[in-house]
Amino acid sequence: MADLLDGIQYLVTVALPYLFTAIPVTLELTLISGVVGNLLALPIAVARTSRNPLLWIPAYCYILVMRGTPLLVQLFFIYYGVGSLLPVDWVRHSWLSPYLRQAFWYAVVAFSLNTAGYTGEILRVGLNAVPHGEIEAGRAFGMTPWLIFWRITLPRAIRIQLPTMTGEAILLLKATSLASTITVFDIMGVREDLFAQSFRTYSPLLGAAIIYITLVFLFTRVLYWVERHLNKDRLTPVSVVLPTATP
Amino acid sequence: MNPNQSVWSLLSYGDQGFSDELLHGLWLTIQISVCTYIVGFCFGLAGAGMKLSGKRWLMRIGDLYTTIIRALPELLLLFLLYYAGTDMVKGILVYLHLAGDDFQIDAFPAAVMALGFILGAYMTEVLRGAILAVPKGQIEAARAYGMHFGLRFRRVLFPQMMRYATGGMGNLWLNTTKDSALIVVLGSLPELLSATRTAAAATKDYAFFFFVGGCLYLLITVTSMIIQARVEKRLNRGYRRG
Repeated sequence: MADLLDGIQYLVTVALPYLFTAIPVTLELTLISGVVGNLLALPIAVARTSRNPLLWIPAYCYILVMRGTPLLVQLFFIYYGVGSLLPVDWVRHSWLSPYLRQAFWYAVVAFSLNTAGYTGEILRVGLNAVPHGEIEAGRAFGMTPWLIFWRITLPRAIRIQLPTMTGEAILLLKATSLASTITVFDIMGVREDLFAQSFRTYSPLLGAAIIYITLVFLFTRVLYWVERHLNKDRLTPVSVVLPTATP
Repeated sequence: MNPNQSVWSLLSYGDQGFSDELLHGLWLTIQISVCTYIVGFCFGLAGAGMKLSGKRWLMRIGDLYTTIIRALPELLLLFLLYYAGTDMVKGILVYLHLAGDDFQIDAFPAAVMALGFILGAYMTEVLRGAILAVPKGQIEAARAYGMHFGLRFRRVLFPQMMRYATGGMGNLWLNTTKDSALIVVLGSLPELLSATRTAAAATKDYAFFFFVGGCLYLLITVTSMIIQARVEKRLNRGYRRG
């Protein structure tokens, strides 16, 4: 009983305040990797839907590798592997060196490339699901293929796949915890530091769990709001729309 | 390493190379994944049963289980469940005087139970959807024939729900093989990623060994995808396509 009270006291007075300081790191990892990953996903998805084998085969292989190997292996490969392949002098003196020294940016690269693979596949399905009639309508209006893509195909694909993409964003938030294995001080990294300081197993873990649960629920709320905002037309009940829609 | 040797010689079998270590790691990863999948399936069936039981307190436990597990990072859960699980089992055994204070639980079952419990939450959702997809009239018909629960489950519900569950369960199998790599953080089992990291650290050829490790994981994935396509085809025999 005394152990339990002691653990709770440690959790509230030491663990949680320290863990709070790591929230920005986890959020930065998630947001930067999410934005970069989604931007990279677009050309991958377009290449994947192409009929040209020089485009779709590399895209297919990229998606297969990203989805077919553990993220932890990719992270280790980029941090230890690519990090060790770079020439030492160059790392020390190039303009990139402030970034190359920090594990944080290796984690960002790994998470971005990984998200690009998953989201690329999601977008591919979305692009294929756009009703053909809408593209034909664009053509009938005399739109160029470029304009059709940006005004019709892409927006429709994103809206079709929005629920899946928001799910992917939550998965990314959770996946950033792996950055702690390459010495990034995100929430799980701070947890490890707390463990090393106090040799307590459960208080730091529970503290981290409380923070992650809160973050995930807040994140879900925000994404749900975005989803509703973008998919307004589809969420409105038909019976409400119909009377006003007929002039 | 001798600079005249190619990196590929690091993959020779035996004392000089790391092929035997990596292949043992691969085999252990497959064993862990299969066991985790079986445990996860059991947790998933129990969870889906609770969620669909209609009894409020059981449904609440089921909801709590899937919500909390799916909201937390797997890495955190692995730590929490691994330590909590081993401490709890050890505590009970010591309390019952079945084991001494120096008793240690084997890492394999502990890791498998922890990963299986996590997988169970995701499995619950897949199986719940699959059960709901089986037409209700069929269960009613089975009941009307006087089949008891076990028979209804075995002859009517199970064969049909598995047809709907294969897609989701296939994805979860791939997730299981990949999540088994998280065990590396526990440092107690020489599975594939742990073996890869040991080899990489010993030779300093990090890029090479993580590349080879990645290829072995990809081998598991591609093989699984081929098998999954076959299983799906077999389960759907007797149904019209399209």
